Amino acid sequence: MLLREQAPQVLSALVRHYGHFDLAEEAVQEALLAASQQWPGEGVPDNPRGWLIRVGSRRLTDLLRSESARRKREENAATMASPEEFVAPSPEIDDLGGRDDTLTLLFLCCHPSLSPASQIALTLRAVGGLTTAQIAAAFLVPEATMAQRISRAKRSIKQAGSTFEMPPEAERDARMGAVLHVLYLIFNEGYTASSGDDLHSAELTTEAIRLARGVRRLLPDDGEVAGLLALMLLTDARRPARTAPDGSLIPLAEQDRSKWNEAAIAEGEQLVSDALARTQLGPYQVQAAIAAVHGTAKRAEDTDWRQIVALYQVLEQISDNPMVRLNHAVAVGMAVGPKEGLALLEPLDTDGRMKDHHRLEAVRAHLLEMSGDLDGARASYLLAARRTTSMPERDYLQKRADQISS
Amino acid sequence: MKYMLLIYSNPESWAGLSAEQREDLSRSHQELTRELTEQGLLVSAAGLADPITSRTIWVDADNTRSTTDGPYAEAKEHLAGFYLVECENIDQAIEYAARMPDAEYVAVEVRPVMDASGLEM
Repeated sequence: MLLREQAPQVLSALVRHYGHFDLAEEAVQEALLAASQQWPGEGVPDNPRGWLIRVGSRRLTDLLRSESARRKREENAATMASPEEFVAPSPEIDDLGGRDDTLTLLFLCCHPSLSPASQIALTLRAVGGLTTAQIAAAFLVPEATMAQRISRAKRSIKQAGSTFEMPPEAERDARMGAVLHVLYLIFNEGYTASSGDDLHSAELTTEAIRLARGVRRLLPDDGEVAGLLALMLLTDARRPARTAPDGSLIPLAEQDRSKWNEAAIAEGEQLVSDALARTQLGPYQVQAAIAAVHGTAKRAEDTDWRQIVALYQVLEQISDNPMVRLNHAVAVGMAVGPKEGLALLEPLDTDGRMKDHHRLEAVRAHLLEMSGDLDGARASYLLAARRTTSMPERDYLQKRADQISS
Repeated sequence: MKYMLLIYSNPESWAGLSAEQREDLSRSHQELTRELTEQGLLVSAAGLADPITSRTIWVDADNTRSTTDGPYAEAKEHLAGFYLVECENIDQAIEYAARMPDAEYVAVEVRPVMDASGLEM
């Protein structure tokens, strides 16, 4: 049993009973820490969650008492509520009878008053049960930076007056979109980290998939939840093949497909086919469908690019953004020809969000190389290499330029 | 995303400041450092000693080492200090760069820091 799996249920039980999300969240972290220290020696208790709730609630009561004492000192005792009013009296809390409040918790952590960086940090701590130190290591920032981000997030939630309840029906879709986006960002952060020297970040993909599976268990009929989980599985399936032992990047076309995780591809493909057949269409499902076309091609040259072009056309209709258009141009370049792909880049050259982006230049380089314009391709690879802030991407682009000149 | 805010200076601009202006400058830096720390955005910051205290080192192919006094590049401007900050995007970093008290007298440069993450193409 993963101890952290208990975090959202334990936290929900405490918040339902006592309120005070911010302090309850601290208390749960301390209960998890106590469990990780005591259980290996003393054995796992018969009712692990009950144990965590009991320890967490004791710790929370202490935190609330000292908070109350602090306020008393600050605000002249006479008018203050007694600690009994501030602290709920009952020491025993129900386990909510099997009810799962993880979704409510996710909505709270992904509250619109928070920046994406804060939403991610709070989700990983409160729902994922990770410590601040673990989250900081995964995002390569100092622990103090992450601690500030988390406490600021909790303050913002308090100031926004948000309570531990499901958002109203009218807001549900938009709020769900924020939750899925946060899970997607967590996944991406882990996926783009190069393997080898950076094991911490790779664990983020596993954590994002675990959280997405949890949401899917609660909302089995939501097509976008299924689509996101499928997209993660299909993308993560390529992880063993995407980097060389020295950490350098291997492009999709040159990956050793026997290293792809077949089980993950099969599960992802099944999930997305079901969702496409049964639920309302959404952008995660379409992206997953594209990943499935790549994932099921035995060799790079077997890729059904026409199918991918068609899927990008659908994606442009439901969620148009310059990155989608760029990927569409790649697909057209492969399915039709480099000239046609290059023509689709023209509008992006004047798009402020894209014109200085290294990926636009990298795609241009690739299409120019296909068209036989080697000087142009080389210049574009070199410009793309100068524009990226990623060292493995810079090295890859530089290598492509070198291969052309030799 | 991490950004380096680089403060460039030159001996004249520093010498031209009144004592009061210098005190203002260091107070403003303290305030900004405190604010960035409270926001959880500060990774590191430091003022650098005058370039006349620099040593520049070369190691040749045969592993011999040579050292010269002074900075690598003789230029009118020198790097006088830096802040390494964690920001959501370059615009947020530019906002802080514009609040460097030095920006009133000299130039501040914002440079993204490279990272080891990358996406296969």
